[in-house]
Amino acid sequence: MKDGRALRIGVALALMGGVVLPIVAGFAQTARAAFGVLPAIGAVEWSLAPWHRLMDLPGFGTSLRLTLVTGLGSTVLALALAAGFCALMHGRMSHGAMGRLLMPYLAAPHAALAIGLAFLLAPSGWIARMVSPGLTGWDRPPDLATVNDGWGLALIVGLLIKEVPFLLLVMGSALGQLPVRQYLAAGRALGYARGVVWVKVILPQVYPLIRLPIFIVLAFALSVVDMAIILGPSNPPTLAVAIIRWFSAPDTGLILPASAAALLQAVVVALAIGAWILAEGVARWVGRWWLRRGGRGHRAEPGLWAAGSVVAGLMALGALALVSLVVWSFAWRWSFPQALPQSWSLKGWMTPGSGWGRALQATVVIGVAVTLASLVLAVAWLEGEDRARRGRAGWAQALIYLPLLVPQIGFLYGLNVLFLTIGISGGMLAVIWAQMLFVFPYVMIALSDPWRALDRQHLRAAAALGAGPWRRLVAVKLPMLVRPLMVAAAIGFAVSVAQYLPTLFMGAGRVATLTTEAVTLASGSDRRVVGVYAVLQAGLPFLAYGAALLVPAFVYRNRRGLLGVAV
Amino acid sequence: MRLLMIAALGLGLATPALADWQTTLDKARGQTVYWNAWGGDARTNAFIAWVGEQTEAKYGVKVEQVKLTDTATAVTQVISEKAAGKDSGGSVDMIWINGPNFVSMKEQGLLHGPFANDLPNAKYLDLGPDAAAAVDFTVPVEGYESAWRLARFVFTYDSAVVMDPPRDMAGFLDYAQNFPGRVTHPDVSNFMGATFLKQALVEFAPDQAALQLPATDAAFEAAVAPLWAWYDAMRPFMWREGQTFPENQSVQQQLLNDGEVDFGVSFDPASAAGAIAEGLLPDTARVFVPRGGSIGNISFVAIPYNAANREGAEVVANFLLDPATQAHQQNIEVLGSFSVLDPAKLSDAERAVFAALPSSPALPNLEDLGPTLLEPHASWMTKLVAAWGERYIK
Repeated sequence: MKDGRALRIGVALALMGGVVLPIVAGFAQTARAAFGVLPAIGAVEWSLAPWHRLMDLPGFGTSLRLTLVTGLGSTVLALALAAGFCALMHGRMSHGAMGRLLMPYLAAPHAALAIGLAFLLAPSGWIARMVSPGLTGWDRPPDLATVNDGWGLALIVGLLIKEVPFLLLVMGSALGQLPVRQYLAAGRALGYARGVVWVKVILPQVYPLIRLPIFIVLAFALSVVDMAIILGPSNPPTLAVAIIRWFSAPDTGLILPASAAALLQAVVVALAIGAWILAEGVARWVGRWWLRRGGRGHRAEPGLWAAGSVVAGLMALGALALVSLVVWSFAWRWSFPQALPQSWSLKGWMTPGSGWGRALQATVVIGVAVTLASLVLAVAWLEGEDRARRGRAGWAQALIYLPLLVPQIGFLYGLNVLFLTIGISGGMLAVIWAQMLFVFPYVMIALSDPWRALDRQHLRAAAALGAGPWRRLVAVKLPMLVRPLMVAAAIGFAVSVAQYLPTLFMGAGRVATLTTEAVTLASGSDRRVVGVYAVLQAGLPFLAYGAALLVPAFVYRNRRGLLGVAV
Repeated sequence: MRLLMIAALGLGLATPALADWQTTLDKARGQTVYWNAWGGDARTNAFIAWVGEQTEAKYGVKVEQVKLTDTATAVTQVISEKAAGKDSGGSVDMIWINGPNFVSMKEQGLLHGPFANDLPNAKYLDLGPDAAAAVDFTVPVEGYESAWRLARFVFTYDSAVVMDPPRDMAGFLDYAQNFPGRVTHPDVSNFMGATFLKQALVEFAPDQAALQLPATDAAFEAAVAPLWAWYDAMRPFMWREGQTFPENQSVQQQLLNDGEVDFGVSFDPASAAGAIAEGLLPDTARVFVPRGGSIGNISFVAIPYNAANREGAEVVANFLLDPATQAHQQNIEVLGSFSVLDPAKLSDAERAVFAALPSSPALPNLEDLGPTLLEPHASWMTKLVAAWGERYIK
């Protein structure tokens, strides 16, 4: 028991020092600048001037509105679509098949997907090229705002393609904990339509289990940068993109209002989550009334099919977007309105030395280091909980997921100043540390449930045979958990590969990964090179997920009982 | 101002350079220079990689390009470092810089120098008080940055699509009215977008001399009135009705390549030839400049005050001014950007290297480019960008 406590204290200290402290310190630096103190540019007096200047910046109000519309809109839509699709497909598709279907969307980094989608949807894009000039009569692209539109619709579509699969994944594992079949049977027997059983019986029970992932999706959608640059409106952009622009304007005085806006971004996320919780209360009240009315709701069925077809459409768009990048990476000239490139070339792939080779290497090194460190920390945390024989306190839960809920832009600038002060900025170590803030929570999400679901009988048997806590961990728990461990590692690796802002800020631009290079290149004009980077960027997590499927199959090749365990 | 310049000139003369240069070379050996440069152009990136190979072979100095999406990122990094009290061993060794970023860093004492006039190869430059290499956006350089490449504002277009490109900025209004949705410019928060407006400002401003002085409110209002009249008339006929703009010139070049718009902008007269060679524009792409000439300036490299590898950066800055380097850079097959050296200060053999460079039908002659118009004082650009935002960001 004593070493259980030591383990717990160790993990708690690592988390406080490694996660909470940097975030708080980063926010403190940002807050100082937001209230007028940044000696480096000669600002030394506390004041509200940065806030007044922020309010007066052109487009500030529109940026804020865009952020709210795209963030809240995409989250509500994603939840509705995912719930509808789940209702339609559950039981018609095996869990494994669903996992394989979702994998490409989960693995593809946001930036890569956005770049492909931008090409797909543009008036001169792939869809227009396939139907022009034959069906449309366009020999020149029309002047239509199908991407970067002023309402942020293209951005919402992009976010949906990433968020719906994520919510489907978490819903899938939440449904695994409920006797869905019985509920459905009972509901149908009482004359309720399939869709209504879902909305009235199953969803209210699933919802508490997926609440946290929904908040993560909401926080992410409100503060996303890379996707918003590529797909969102530009004049003005969403608040998060505007903040980046202000931080990097030639007029260094703008750093002060930019810091104020970064704080505001955090407030916006907090308020949005608060508003969501209020809306939950209202929905609960309305829902109860609706339940008691007892409608059998056969008319709801078309709604499910509509949701299902929208999700199918989104997935088709996502798949085409990724395919278009592969095609571009082998193209030479490909102009409108050709449906395929006029000439092909391997040039993009031929220069690993000066181009993608090093970015690939850095990405892999950072990804492996971050994933391993996060896994060790997660196992230590969960094992600490086991040995204390208690569940996770609410504050601990909040602590773990804190980095996913507070906007990165709010503390990364301040964190960079802090890292510079202690002298570790601009190196791999700083990047690895900063990425861990965001990878560790996902590893915990992936690992917690399977860990708790482990059959305790085996542990008791091992203990009865005289195995101590460490031996039980190493010889029983970890081998039995190889599959969820691998899945957690794959998710962690994919999250690491996709990190943009932490790598950019903490690496001082010196640490070039596939994602930072792809976003930088996306500001250039060469889709072919972007294609190469994006293919690699999306391909790496693919390999990781592939390994997550293959390694357990190999390890368990003579353990049939473990092969069937669903995760 | 003049007094300041004379004083600076005096200082420059007072430091005997060449003896120190050997010390610089010795210290530089083994250093790795982190060159922060906009990374959106593959040819520039390849040129910087070539520079690194050369300086490593010749002087034992490696170059690592830190590819930026925006030069101001490097400025912010130096400011963060100063905020953290990191006054030496900084992470930014050299920045590709000019204009407002330079002025901002110079004013806040964030630059190392003066060093540029002491570089051995500075002898090939015309550094007279009004020369292009001595003034950046009318602000005297005073040795705080070293010239690198020549920039001239040009438009690119596809000669197979546009038979008769506009003759001047006023002509863009007629063009947009005849062909709605085919004219745009980069977002004004971007340097090239601001330059598009400045080109029009220089063309329309009633009082040219005022543009060379810091912009007062009265002078600004007077100078921009015709500009806004022109812009207001054109905006409804622009791409996406002037509601949204490409992020930067590369994105606009992509729009040109996709056929969504009819013109691209560039600060590099060789951009069309270069893009054709890269397969990024059709073979029929060409450049043109407004008949009265276009804004030109010089791209510089500067060294932050806390750079960890200052000596290495000086060696690289000096290598960039070598006539052989400048000729390589002007080669259309490499970068195609014009030399910053004063031809009068080159030997006959050195001039011959430039004359022997290959040509391309998409590459304009110097005569085609017309006169170089001076950049307005940096305060004009800041004010112009802010005023545009007030008017058109809703």
